[in-house]
Amino acid sequence: MSKITELKNWYLDKFKDFENSLNGESKLPFHQTRIDAIQKFSDLNFPTIKDEEWKFTNISSLLNHNFKPASENVLEFDHSIIEKYLFDEKEYITIVFVNGVFSQKHSNIHSLGEGIVISNLKNAMVEHPEVIEKYLGKFAGYEKNIFTALSTAFAKEGTFIFVKENKIVEKPIQVLFVTSSNEEVFSSPRNLFVFGINSQAKIIESYVGVSDKTSFTNAVTEVILEMGAVVEHVKVQDESERAYHIARTEIDQERSSNYSSYNVNFGGTIVRNDLTTTFNDEYGFCKLNGLYLGKGNQLIDNHTLMNHAMPHCESHEMYKGILTDKSRGVFNGKIFVKRDAQKTNAYQQNKTLLLSEDATINTKPQLEIFADDVKCSHGATVGQLDKNALFYLRTRGLSDQQAKTILIYAFASDVVHSISMRQVRDHLEKLLSEKLLTADLKD
Amino acid sequence: MIEIKNLKVNVEGKEILKGINLTVNKGEVHAIMGPNGSGKSTLANVLAGREEYEIIDGTILFEGKNLLEMSVEDRAREGVFLAFQYPIEIPGVSNTNLLKNAVNSIRKYRGEEEIDAVDLLALIKEKMSLVEMNKELLSRSVNEGFSGGEKKRNEIFQMAVLEPKLAILDETDSGLDIDALRIVANGVNKFRSSENGIILVTHYQRLLDYIIPDFVHVLNDGKIIKSGDKSLALELEEKGYDWVKDQYAEMASA
Ligand SMILES: Nc1ncnc2c1ncn2[C@@H]1O[C@H](COP(=O)(O)OP(=O)(O)O)[C@@H](O)[C@H]1O
Ligand SMILES: [Mg+2]
Repeated sequence: MSKITELKNWYLDKFKDFENSLNGESKLPFHQTRIDAIQKFSDLNFPTIKDEEWKFTNISSLLNHNFKPASENVLEFDHSIIEKYLFDEKEYITIVFVNGVFSQKHSNIHSLGEGIVISNLKNAMVEHPEVIEKYLGKFAGYEKNIFTALSTAFAKEGTFIFVKENKIVEKPIQVLFVTSSNEEVFSSPRNLFVFGINSQAKIIESYVGVSDKTSFTNAVTEVILEMGAVVEHVKVQDESERAYHIARTEIDQERSSNYSSYNVNFGGTIVRNDLTTTFNDEYGFCKLNGLYLGKGNQLIDNHTLMNHAMPHCESHEMYKGILTDKSRGVFNGKIFVKRDAQKTNAYQQNKTLLLSEDATINTKPQLEIFADDVKCSHGATVGQLDKNALFYLRTRGLSDQQAKTILIYAFASDVVHSISMRQVRDHLEKLLSEKLLTADLKD
Repeated sequence: MIEIKNLKVNVEGKEILKGINLTVNKGEVHAIMGPNGSGKSTLANVLAGREEYEIIDGTILFEGKNLLEMSVEDRAREGVFLAFQYPIEIPGVSNTNLLKNAVNSIRKYRGEEEIDAVDLLALIKEKMSLVEMNKELLSRSVNEGFSGGEKKRNEIFQMAVLEPKLAILDETDSGLDIDALRIVANGVNKFRSSENGIILVTHYQRLLDYIIPDFVHVLNDGKIIKSGDKSLALELEEKGYDWVKDQYAEMASA
């Protein structure tokens, strides 16, 4: 039996255990989807570097591990350990998952107004079956994606946010996923965010690790913005340096909706983000901002797809990477403009700072434009720190490291400075400084 | 304060400074004049520690310490300041942020405590008024989008905040209109004291009407070919550099 077949059998076995643990939940309609998804998982192949979409991201080391599904093993930890990742609990709504499993103990869901639901996905399957039926799995298809198939098969825990028409979630919602285990654990956070007509919300979705075991997070998030919804969505991935992090985010934008994404990556050994936004109606606006810092042997791969399926929509994309040591970055930014999507404005920028000779970046914009009355542009730059600026700062007394840190910081800061949540912005700036302090910035 | 002996410097394999000797004592202002390309900026940058320049020969003692062995930042912390001929633009780094970091790095080096925010602001305000600099520029990125004159004023402003022992001003007067020149000169004169030294690089005499030098040196082709007092500057203004060059050539051949 080949190694891959063995690994698949391992996950198939784990699925049986999972199914047995479901009790009454297996009677819910969604369970049929799980069964279909595990079948797909069994049929599909893991991607290799022969697949165009995975050309620079070799995940064979991920396939050497037999990760155990979460719930089996939670390493208890004191609330104080994760406090540094949490924002002021009075000002934020906090929902925490440990190894992908909802943790009542660490969560603090409060002051939700009428028409606003924030809960574990599992509860939503019972309490809001019509919403689940309508949206869950409808945007993140698993037919061709083995990781989404795996996620769908194990879909049970994750954040369910449902904001009804005209409702505004006054407090930002923090969704925190903590990996904490003394075994090699596999978590499948499955999030569904549904924003009704003219609703508004701000979300900060963070992934952190508090133990140093190798772990695997396979996250899938579907975000639906109905007409006129306004959503700010920050995702911060700061898992341990032994974490594999594969995340897919699918955004459906309906008429005149406004979505801002901030995709920030600091942690992980191999990180792959697939983020797709589709304008399914006119006059949508979308901002995709990305920032990552690679150190050591990290590989950080961001694939984005900005899908202009309808006319009169506008998208702005800016991804910035900072690569030190032997780290590697991959950026693939697709912009599709469908034939009918006239009057599209789509801008994309990718900028990378390569801070060591051994660091590498593979960057590829991919514009496929089938409409003729559009404004689209893209640009990619790869560079080093400005030597003259470094010298200038040092003549003012700043150390080499300090001068570099300031310049890197300046490079990075415009990606996050438009985040409206001040605490989140401060947190990111602090995180970035900390990371830079421990990065090797010698040339 | 600073003692430069037989300094020879190569830039990209070409000898640019060919044996400079210059001593500046506390309280003195030395003007260095010379035609374009004579090596004035090279000398200024070597003093500040620019690493691309290759020191072939010579010594520089600053307050008795070997300057050539010090890193760029340590020179600044010891009290060397270079006002750039072409100040660098640094997008994303505010002037205030630069000054805060600079002041604190220097303080830390001297074993002093970090400056608190209120004191820093007071210091900044005081020095800004000295060069009549617009307060708005503080929160802007360093030199980004500044006019030529604003950049030069910003250099003098930084000097005033950092209070170095030795200030090297590289053509701080070029590109300034007469009002700006007066303001900048005023800033320098306020800084001037019996405790510090100034090297004033310029190729116009007009700055020296406002900042009266104690000594004037003519740098030509990497060598100081004549030194004198302030009257030398006036003579140069009147007669140009050629007569000095000729005189030097005669002496050399004699
Ligand atoms: N970075 C450099 N690379 C190559 N040549 C340089 C560089 N800097 C200065 N030079 C050369 O060194 C000589 C002196 O230049 P500089 O010191 O700038 O003169 P000045 O300031 O007196 O006008 C010139 O011939 C110039 O072309
Ligand atoms: Mg010059």
